[in-house]
This record gives sequence, structure tokens and C-alpha cells, in this order.
Amino acid sequence: MKARVHVMLKTGVLDPQGEAVRHALGALGFDGVNGVRQGKVIELDLAEDASEADVTQMCEKLLANTVIESYQVEMLS
Amino acid sequence: MKAAVLVFPGSNCDRDLAVAFEAAGADVEMVWHKDTKLPDGVDIVGVPGGFSYGDYLRCGAIAANSPITHELKSHADRGGYVIGICNGFQILTETGLLPGALLRNAGLKYICKHVPLKVETSASAFTEGYNAGDVLSIPIAHHEGNYFADDETIKRLSGEDRVAFTYTENPNGAKADIAGILSENRRVLGMMPHPERAADVGHGGTDGTALFRALMGAMTPA
Repeated sequence: MKARVHVMLKTGVLDPQGEAVRHALGALGFDGVNGVRQGKVIELDLAEDASEADVTQMCEKLLANTVIESYQVEMLS
Repeated sequence: MKAAVLVFPGSNCDRDLAVAFEAAGADVEMVWHKDTKLPDGVDIVGVPGGFSYGDYLRCGAIAANSPITHELKSHADRGGYVIGICNGFQILTETGLLPGALLRNAGLKYICKHVPLKVETSASAFTEGYNAGDVLSIPIAHHEGNYFADDETIKRLSGEDRVAFTYTENPNGAKADIAGILSENRRVLGMMPHPERAADVGHGGTDGTALFRALMGAMTPA
């Protein structure tokens, strides 16, 4: 069982890295990029009986800091 | 007074902090992150700066789940004193001992320089050696020092006089210019600037000395 966790800064939390990427894209001539948000993807290789609830617990306890980040769990078979 | 300084893989201000504690008159013990017990009779635990666990995942996130950190939490819950500096502040927010989080500096750069730091309250064991309104010169050295909390938390911190220090020239985008905050019982301090690096004439400044001196005189048993 595999799971993929997407962690993003919450809306409203300034993402200076995303902003820097947006500026760099503009400098390369890519017009019309109105916003860039940068996050991370964490892939988990899990025991067969692992549940989405387990992964949610992992996110709450370690993988995301819910003060500033939101997360999304994707269960893959 | 007895102080313990936690040492994580990647801590690099642990010895500076120990020297500052000792200069203020404390007996200091270093405590490795895998230890499961703090030394008996510890009054204050110092969580030092550095790059614990290489800042992997998020600054302070892995250290917040280290065996010794559970002991740190119990110590704080018992009313023991804790000071977290720089990465130590990040660890304290990750453990939930202090509210908020430290984000990447708004200017994206690692900043290492002396900054003017305003004492916002003298009502804590850490800051009673200063007067509210004093402006100190203390070095910062961080990449993720941009304090963030929701508006309600910021309002509560300032309403409860729990903002210990602010920047007079905000270097990193921190909300409400916050450089250091206190816990509800005022016995846990987290701050991004490094008072232990301004605690000896050899450092080029001694504005941090009063923090350690006051602390040694002002701590009352948990």
C-alpha cells in the first residue's frame, strides 16, 4: 500500500519561495503567471492494512504543521 | 541554579548557551537528545540554536519528537523554566509549548547580523533585568525566523503581555515585528535573536548578559 501526501502552505500564509519562482518565470518571459505556491509531496510505503486514517494521524502529528500548512492524503494501491 | 542544555544532532549554539548560563552562575549539564531523563533538580532547560536534524521536513519538526523533548514538555508542564533560542524557538513552536510557527524569511535570505531589539515587557524572569522599551543590540542568524500566527493569537499574545521582544527594524517579515514570546505562565521563552552571542565582551556586545543574570536571580521553584 502506498500513499502520497501533499503539503501546502495555507491560503493567506505568505509563500516567499513561490513568489521568487513567480518572479523568475516572469524574467524568463513566461507571461501571465499570476501566482505560484510551492509545497511538498511525501510518498509513504505502508503495510498492506494501513488506512487513510493512519496517514491522517501521521500528517497531524508530524508531516504537516497545521498552524501554517494544509495537507491532502492520496491513497494509492 | 541548575541548567540543562539539550543537544540534538546539528545543534551548534549548545556550548555558547552553556557558557552564558555558567557565566551567570548556573551549574550546567548537557543532555543528549536520546536521553530519556533530565538531570534531577533542573530549574531551566535551554533549547539551543542550530540545525537540529538538518532542518529536515521543517525546522524543529524532528527534534520536537525526540525522546528528550517529551521530558522537556513534562518539565514545562510542571512549571519549569525553558528558553528556546533560534532553532530552539522553532522546536518550541513545533512541540506546541509556544503558539505560532516560524516561516522562511520574507526576503528569502539567511540573515546574520546585529539587530536592534526592543524589550516589550520586563514582567518575566527572563526580561526583568531590562526595562520595557529598552532597545538592545543582539545578533540574529536565521533563514526561517518570520514569526507567523493567526490574528487572534497575535491579539491574545499582545493582550496578555506575552510578547517579550520585537524588532524595531523588522528583518524577516515577522508578524507584528515579533522576535520573542512567552508562554501563558511566562516561564517558557522562545526568541529568534541570540542573547548568548551577546554575553561576553569578546562577542562585541554584552546586551544579552542581563537576560541570563536576571534569570538566575528570578527563578522560583516549579
